[in-house]
Amino acid sequence: MSLLSADGVTRIYGSGCEACRDRTGDAAGTNQCPACGSVVACADVDLDLQPREVLGIVGESGSGKSSLAELLALEPNQDGHVHGSVEYANHPGNLLDVDYETRHALRNGHISLVHQHIRDGLDLDFSGGGNVAEKLLASGWRNYEDVRERVASLFEETEIPVERMDDPTHTYSGGMQRRVQIARALAINPEIVVLDEPTTGLDVSVQARVLDMFRRIQREEDVAAIVVSHDLGVVRLLADRTLVMRHGRVIESGLTDRVLEDPHHEYTQTLINSAI
Amino acid sequence: MTDTETPRAETSYESVDAVLDSLDDEGLDGYSYAYLDEHTKREVRRSILKAVAIPGHQVPYASRPMPLARGWGTGGIQASLSILGPTDTFKVIDQGSDESVNAANIRRLARDTAAVETTTDTTDSDVIQTRHRIPEEALSEDQILVLQVPVTDALRKVDPSDAANRRRHAHKNYGKMWVHLYENVVEWGEINIASRYPTMVAGRYLMDPSPIPRWDVPKLDDADNLFVFAAGREARLYAVPPNTDVEPLAFEDREFQVERFGDATCQFCGSDDTYLVEIEGDDGETRYVCNDTSFCEKRQDDPELAKDHHRERDVSWGPGTPSEGADATGGDGT
Repeated sequence: MSLLSADGVTRIYGSGCEACRDRTGDAAGTNQCPACGSVVACADVDLDLQPREVLGIVGESGSGKSSLAELLALEPNQDGHVHGSVEYANHPGNLLDVDYETRHALRNGHISLVHQHIRDGLDLDFSGGGNVAEKLLASGWRNYEDVRERVASLFEETEIPVERMDDPTHTYSGGMQRRVQIARALAINPEIVVLDEPTTGLDVSVQARVLDMFRRIQREEDVAAIVVSHDLGVVRLLADRTLVMRHGRVIESGLTDRVLEDPHHEYTQTLINSAI
Repeated sequence: MTDTETPRAETSYESVDAVLDSLDDEGLDGYSYAYLDEHTKREVRRSILKAVAIPGHQVPYASRPMPLARGWGTGGIQASLSILGPTDTFKVIDQGSDESVNAANIRRLARDTAAVETTTDTTDSDVIQTRHRIPEEALSEDQILVLQVPVTDALRKVDPSDAANRRRHAHKNYGKMWVHLYENVVEWGEINIASRYPTMVAGRYLMDPSPIPRWDVPKLDDADNLFVFAAGREARLYAVPPNTDVEPLAFEDREFQVERFGDATCQFCGSDDTYLVEIEGDDGETRYVCNDTSFCEKRQDDPELAKDHHRERDVSWGPGTPSEGADATGGDGT
């Protein structure tokens, strides 16, 4: 049985109309409905994620990757109209319909999101350690030394200098902030981690180390992951299977090697050929 | 009704003294009982009832303008005046003192407008309005303590957005406050919050207990009396009903601690089990005195007087004598 499966997930920003789905998408060449002007961020997305699997989602900017990732990771700021269903093996019912408290509980124990933007995921005035500790404290840890120990070991695991753990997060380098986010996401031993553009804005050597670190931890901890990136290299390194998105639709999916070596869809071919 | 003139305009006074003499009713004629009009008092009482029904939850109320600047106890005055009746006895404390200008003025306002008896004796009073202290003497089920509140939301310390904080209260999501405590321990080795200590009420709402010292926080737990917290500026009030669980937030291995005074005793009454404050004498030397002046006077007459001397059964009321070696706890936080 799959760990997480999505069926017909759709997210529309704007009023929406009956023509929205028909007049947008890959064939129409746009994600904005010409009739009502609504933006169809993603539509009719089906996917499933097996335990311990890493699923890659690639696509150009604006293709709906992050909108989809936020839905899958139970982000509370759910703007727009949302349709479809997301089933999670450890929770009955549709994850898109859960109330705030259930969502909070799931996010503090089952599904973590590493945000694309640092500021969405971290409180930069808190210390790096405090940001990681927040997840533990929110899920009921009440022993200071235990929290401290766990945070220090997470810092070690994600290769952040432990002696920096009590400094304010805004004094950290970009790579360290990204690692703090990953440490925070892993703090409560989640079943699924959703990484939204995990390496954006990092230089190549730091990118490689962050990805290496995540791949090691992902294998050691047997956590399933969804990696969203515009960077084919990231997906090639991490993902077992890959979805390609364009104009809010999944246009191609398959084993990562197959998609990258033998792309069927015209857009995927262009995407791979234009990688520098 | 254009030809109507006020009675005062018809009278011509010769001097200011004559005007003052004519006010033989002290100018109180025409004022409602207890200064506030009946609708306002009813509204405040309804809000208090709601606050009692949802312990620790902040209830909005209208908060009228008072003859005093907001932030000077206007919330407390409105709550006090709304629940006072002519048979009540009223006491006002300002940081433990009955004699501060503000306390004396509030007491006089209640005496003049609500015709209540006033007292400085905690055990004689029915309603006590207080700023930043809970009396040392144990309160009973017949008494109401009204606390003046400058900041209603404990979470504002960690997030200035009231909208976000209201959402956190609604969902009992206090992770951010716990991070604040965690960072406090990181920095100081113990939780070092001097006043406004975040407290959990009835296991549900996080409450700002107003700027009482940590010393007074344990008195809120399972007390016999009703506590009403009222903020005039923020137009919100909340309550801790009698016999409610009130628990200061703390870690299992970094427990909540009250202030420690070492070997200091009150230089007037010799007490070592009351909240002491430092004063500097003319000789430049620091001395300690009781903060609660009313109880200090009683202790001066009878040094053995217990904090629950007036109660029929033993009442646990706040911290006892701090145990020896209490100063050694804390740890270095690393």
